[in-house]
Amino acid sequence: MKNATKVKYLLIGNSAGGIGAAEAIREVDKTGTILIISDESYPVYSRPLIAKYLAEGYPLEKMLYRPTDFYPKNNIQTRLGNKVTHLDIANHTVRLEDGQEIQWQKLLLATGGSPIIPRVDGITKKGVFPFITLDDAKAIDQFVSNQTKAVIIGGGLIGTSLTAALVEQGVEVTVVEMKEHILNAILDDEMSVIAEATLIQNGVKVITGHTVTKINSRSKGDDTVSQVTLNDGTRIPCDMVAMAIGVRPRSELVSGTGVTTNRGIVVDRYMTTSNPDVYASGDVAEAYDLVYQENRLTPIWPNAYLGGRIAGLNMAGRITEYPGGTSMNAMNYFGLNIVSAGILIPADDSYEVLSQRSGFNYV
Amino acid sequence: MKRIQINESVCIGCGLCEVYCQLEHSQSKDLIKVFKREYPQPVSRLSVEQREPISFAVQCRHCDESPCVYACLTGALQRDPDTGIVTVDIDRCAGCWTCMLACPYSVIRQDLYQGKIAKCDLCKGREIPACVENCPNEALTYVEEDSIIPQLQLKREAS
Repeated sequence: MKNATKVKYLLIGNSAGGIGAAEAIREVDKTGTILIISDESYPVYSRPLIAKYLAEGYPLEKMLYRPTDFYPKNNIQTRLGNKVTHLDIANHTVRLEDGQEIQWQKLLLATGGSPIIPRVDGITKKGVFPFITLDDAKAIDQFVSNQTKAVIIGGGLIGTSLTAALVEQGVEVTVVEMKEHILNAILDDEMSVIAEATLIQNGVKVITGHTVTKINSRSKGDDTVSQVTLNDGTRIPCDMVAMAIGVRPRSELVSGTGVTTNRGIVVDRYMTTSNPDVYASGDVAEAYDLVYQENRLTPIWPNAYLGGRIAGLNMAGRITEYPGGTSMNAMNYFGLNIVSAGILIPADDSYEVLSQRSGFNYV
Repeated sequence: MKRIQINESVCIGCGLCEVYCQLEHSQSKDLIKVFKREYPQPVSRLSVEQREPISFAVQCRHCDESPCVYACLTGALQRDPDTGIVTVDIDRCAGCWTCMLACPYSVIRQDLYQGKIAKCDLCKGREIPACVENCPNEALTYVEEDSIIPQLQLKREAS
């Protein structure tokens, strides 16, 4: 442990949660060492904008979430493009991929989520992509042309934004959604139907109530995608498949450390995990949802930033309670603007549903 | 910092605040041109909420803890730590409308021509914001933060 770098605040994750924490710490503590580690090599960028990058070649400099001098100006050290491989909570250390050891006093886990890989035969073939990071968007961008046919597994937020981006590039897209409607986690049935109609009007094929069971190649020994098979046996020719059934918390680091996890890393109203020196925020954390009034995963950017901010304030000693977040999303596909928040589909009859529709306006 | 005091009990809902907000944020700065010729027309950064007999103008409160800034997906919305003013770097606004969803006062407007948001900047560079200066009835006043009076107290005093 002699050669370990010592820092006061170690933030694992260089996206909304990590930056929210770093900014909050600097409001309270101007000098304590802050180190941000991320396995991505980019300075913090706006992850939701990867769809715009893919759709229209949105310039990278406009995707930056903070100005280029953000890190030096706030006296924040970084180790980007370097992965934390081991966390030792008893000794307050982490080990990086390149063997370095870092000793910390307060730790934030803002490691985000990783794409859920569906259990589909052939999912490792060439032409199968996730769509979470800028590198994913770059890989897809290089792969596709206006001759490409794509199948997107999952009609949620990621799948729909990817669909809209690919359509802009002239790609022929088929969305395969397991449930009865696309965007079913964040929209009610009536609104989902409007969203579906909008996709269909823009040339997208939407298949609901089905799953992809197999990704095929033209011949044995060929490892490139040529078609998918659905659960009813239907075959859809395609060159590309995208996995967009959601993200799961990247909580591997804490496994075996005694830090409490449920679906994600469980945090209290101060964003503290079951260990008082370890905090978590963002997609990896299961934090308070103010609508459900219980801890839930709400993997959206605003909650990651605010949770990170609250964690940072508490790490630096300014005790602050997390007001809670909830699922809330604003979408904008093919000119259709949608916002949604909280509970969309009531659990039982004790809720009153108010809705109004006139033409294409639905409230 | 100075903030805009709203006084609902003396607002007559004339809408001049909106007119002068548009004028202030226009290209031509000419009242006739703005409404007759300028295209695209500037969006008013504030709106008069009305349900007779109640009316009041509401614009960005420039919250210390700003939900819109925390929700902004691109970093375009920022609160200046020195002045306390919440502004949008319009070049970096992606028109995702997440801030509109997050704002507790519903004061962020859509500029549909640009596909971006429009919000109050307290008329940067002006000593008194245009809406305040042109309110005929002092339903909007520009006062130091610590002299802001809550609406309920104003109502009590008025009755």
